[in-house]
Amino acid sequence: MSSSHATTAPVPSTPSSFLSDGHSLKSWLLTLDHKRIGILYLLGVSFFFLLGGLFAMLVRLELLTPAGDLMLPDTYNRVFTGHGVMMVFFFLIPAIPGSLGNFLIPLMIGTRDVAFPRLNLLSWYLFMAGGILTLFGVINGGVDTGWTFYPPYSSTYTTTNVMIVGIGVFINGFSSILTGVNFMVTIHRMRCPGMTWFRLPLFVWGHYATALIMVLGTPVVAITLVLLILERAFHFGIFDPARGGDPVLFQHLFWFYSHPAVYIMILPSMAVISEIIAAFARKRIFGYHFVAFASIAIAVLGFFVWGHHLYVSGQSVYAGTIFSLLTMLVAIPSAIKVFNWAFTLYQGSIALEMPLFYALGFIGLFAIGGLTGVALATLGFDVHVHDTYFVVGHFHYVMVGGTIMGYLGGLHFWWPKITGRLYNQFWSYVSALLVFVGFNLTFFPQLLLGYMGMPRRYHSYPEEFQVLNVLSTAGASVLAVGFILPLCYFLLSLRRGAPAGDNPWGARGLEWETASPPPTANFAEIPSVTREPYDYYEHAQEQAAAAVRPSSAH
Amino acid sequence: MNFQIPFVPVQASEFAGDVDRLTFFLVGMTTVFTVLICVMIVVFTVKYRRRSADEVGSSFENSALLEITWTVIPLLIVLFTFGWGLKVFFRLSRPPASAVNYYVSGKQWMWKIQHPTGQREINELHVPLGQPTRLVMNSEDVIHSFFVPAFRVKADVVPGRTTSLWFTPSKTGRYHLFCTEYCGTEHSKMIGTVVVQEPDDYQAWLAGAPAPKSPGGAGELLFAQYACDTCHRAEPGGRGPALSGIFGTEVALAGGGTVIVDDAYLRESILTPTAKIVQGYEPLMPTFQGQLSDEALAQLLTYIKSLSSMRVAAATARLPAPSPVPPNPATSQGIAR
Amino acid sequence: MSHSQSSALAHHFDSLEQQKEAATLGMWLFLVQEIMFFGGLFMCYLLYRWKDAEAFAAGSHELSIRLGGFNTIVLIASSLTMALGVRAAQTGRQKALVRWLLGTGFLGLVFLVVKYFEYREKWEHHLIPGDQFHFAGPVGDRAHMFFSLYFAMTGMHALHMIVGIGVLVWLLRKCLKGQFGAHYYNPVENFGLYWHFVDIVWIFLFPLLYLIGRHYHAGG
Repeated sequence: MSSSHATTAPVPSTPSSFLSDGHSLKSWLLTLDHKRIGILYLLGVSFFFLLGGLFAMLVRLELLTPAGDLMLPDTYNRVFTGHGVMMVFFFLIPAIPGSLGNFLIPLMIGTRDVAFPRLNLLSWYLFMAGGILTLFGVINGGVDTGWTFYPPYSSTYTTTNVMIVGIGVFINGFSSILTGVNFMVTIHRMRCPGMTWFRLPLFVWGHYATALIMVLGTPVVAITLVLLILERAFHFGIFDPARGGDPVLFQHLFWFYSHPAVYIMILPSMAVISEIIAAFARKRIFGYHFVAFASIAIAVLGFFVWGHHLYVSGQSVYAGTIFSLLTMLVAIPSAIKVFNWAFTLYQGSIALEMPLFYALGFIGLFAIGGLTGVALATLGFDVHVHDTYFVVGHFHYVMVGGTIMGYLGGLHFWWPKITGRLYNQFWSYVSALLVFVGFNLTFFPQLLLGYMGMPRRYHSYPEEFQVLNVLSTAGASVLAVGFILPLCYFLLSLRRGAPAGDNPWGARGLEWETASPPPTANFAEIPSVTREPYDYYEHAQEQAAAAVRPSSAH
Repeated sequence: MNFQIPFVPVQASEFAGDVDRLTFFLVGMTTVFTVLICVMIVVFTVKYRRRSADEVGSSFENSALLEITWTVIPLLIVLFTFGWGLKVFFRLSRPPASAVNYYVSGKQWMWKIQHPTGQREINELHVPLGQPTRLVMNSEDVIHSFFVPAFRVKADVVPGRTTSLWFTPSKTGRYHLFCTEYCGTEHSKMIGTVVVQEPDDYQAWLAGAPAPKSPGGAGELLFAQYACDTCHRAEPGGRGPALSGIFGTEVALAGGGTVIVDDAYLRESILTPTAKIVQGYEPLMPTFQGQLSDEALAQLLTYIKSLSSMRVAAATARLPAPSPVPPNPATSQGIAR
Repeated sequence: MSHSQSSALAHHFDSLEQQKEAATLGMWLFLVQEIMFFGGLFMCYLLYRWKDAEAFAAGSHELSIRLGGFNTIVLIASSLTMALGVRAAQTGRQKALVRWLLGTGFLGLVFLVVKYFEYREKWEHHLIPGDQFHFAGPVGDRAHMFFSLYFAMTGMHALHMIVGIGVLVWLLRKCLKGQFGAHYYNPVENFGLYWHFVDIVWIFLFPLLYLIGRHYHAGG
């Protein structure tokens, strides 16, 4: 891609980077710069991730022994609910779009900011407000319904802080919706000259598909929470059988959002993987159009499969049949992506740097997670394993083995761009190894436990399940260390890391053609684009030709 | 099956084998594809590792044939999987006409089961080998789920509607029964046992009520049958006050005031438990109004009073009925009435 | 470009036209998610009415078609005044714009006042859902679900009206400062989209809540 004429007046001279453009707290908390907002999100999601992780450690500690001897059952129920709520709503959904998406999308499409910078800042405040309110509810009394809030337990029986947490999640939903609107409008309307849809990096395609789900799906969970709150506060009876209501209706409404929500969690991660593989194989992603359309297909198809959460919940056999078939279909675009990534590596020029480790780890673990998903979609199998640890194992494979691998890979890939610093390689390898080993040790036993019959959300369990639970807890301890290490070496790199330079990986992409860290206005002049993305081969040809003809080299 | 595959529960129903065979296929398919993908990645990464700083990859970046291959083959595999799963599911969902109906009621945090011949059980289900058995279920409060891993079958139990599941037991033995839809505090303790017996043994079981083993008598049996010991344990720390030694004492109430634990208070606590709650406890006790005859209530009161004139050993096990130390007036301790 | 024109252009956009297209697309996307939001409520209505149509008819029969119909006309009129306001902005007629916006806000308030009286009447007749609910008629407490949905749906709608009126006030203040004209009236137009949407929701609510009980009579 070549930068040519400017389409707007060049930006007057400014501080050298967005990081040094204002040091006061106010300049951060009232920023309209998408890059700073991305960092605010990074801080926010890291905070909630640590809290959610703390709850997870408490759960795993309790499950070391068959007896419920570490905490009272009520406490345990609040702890696992806190883990689920914090992780799902305040980490998995906002993490990649909020931090990496916000930071990179304007850079990747060659513009100065997102379409609605003030709305972007509002999104962050809504996220933090919702998160803090929810945290307050979780810590000050707690909620013990599970993150799925099924009535009648959540509407009529529990005495815990369902309302506060419900409102906190509702507020956070607005954050999601506004981010989705912002991304979609930005991608539609603010691409730089020459940036056609099929010249967009796949990171952008992935976030567009994610934004579609955010906009279409989140309002449904919003109204569901409203109805639950009305039920709890005023006894509206929408889900109360005593007043003619149906508790299973809640499950339909809840999962209508919450299933597409899992694609909000995985699509951005897949988007990161595409960028990393292209960069470290120095090759265009194989089947670019197929991968782009596969993202959209996942987003669309994902809206039609929610009933696979209700196979044994009182849904009819025929509904189960249709949902099972549709769920099988949604697996196919994911399979297409995995094979296209693998074939990108074929005849690539591969440098096994840290981000690529995470990307390859993602592919292997996502394969297992996705295929256990196909298993769960299978009616005859799901009856046995529904609501057991098999489901817990499955979703952790896709959300930790999938989403978090992508997130960590993305952080390791773009950290030099965001901060201008390189991090310690040795410790990054150590932490990746710990994450990989710890992860599998934690969650593979859970797949086995589930088939053996251990139910979910159990505070105590029969003795024969203990060995696998101990393995799982051991794994979780290793995983915890693996997650804490990056916190240390990333922060240290801010002080002691070597300067990264504009393009430490030798990658192609508009974000690598500006400084590290980028200036506030992103580019001195708005670029214009003449080629497809990941133009390693074409660029190398061009360089070689230029070297041969000295008179045209300058 | 003669040998026990690790991590697979005993196959104790006629269709458990069907489910397991489907599972083996799913495990196999998962393994094959995961290994295939991992091998591809590893081989490519090693074979095409970067050999010089400026090296780039080739321009081989699309192939309609490959796209079609890895779209169509996975599609065929998932459709096949869908079909097989559907077949097993239909078998799990369609009880034969000859199935015998048992009635199950789930409530926080116990399973109440009634045999077609009228016998009732709490947290246990006796069934005869080889009899197609259908469970017709409802919930008295929140959503629960009836799960027997050895049978490979489960169904949610939902208030306001009736759900069902069926199975034909194919192996005698005792198998776990779990509640597997989160239902509140004691969700993990809403467990029990399915006891599959030879038909003769089952008939024998049906015919005789379990004989009381101690002078605690019918009241003690009721105390176990109605799972009072779920919350009123012998040791302190349960969800409800420990009952040994409580009769005749004065207790502080939540909300102020005190009451003497006499017959009237005990009776009120069983029939309208939220009327006077002991301080420090939550209003969790369900009412037994309408579930106990006057005679049964009287027997329960006799038993509870007897707990104040003897020590009771840990009585948290529900099966079989607890056998506490028989009262010995010569060595009685605790508060005499 | 005039001073007011150049100050209307945000720094990250290349042109006023790009900015306008972005804002309009943003508003349309926001309205799509509003459709999904109300859609959840309409789904509940659909299912529960299918389950017990008689109870819904009985409940609907209790609502005042006159008041509901009056409110429908009021809202449609307010959409008209809004559209005329957008037209006034488009053609640079400041005073007309302010007048039409005031008219829209006034009609919106009329709607809310009528709603208040309707709600109060429900409260007096013990038709507020919850523990005090009592329906005097053969269907008895079966009507509870209808009223729960009635309050949830009209309540959500009223909330959207209140927010709309709040935004209208903000818009009016900008109008009075002369910030809109033929070159730049996009916020007025986008607000108009929102207002029309809220009107359309009511146009679905009115027949589904008020008109399905027209031929109901107890005992048949």
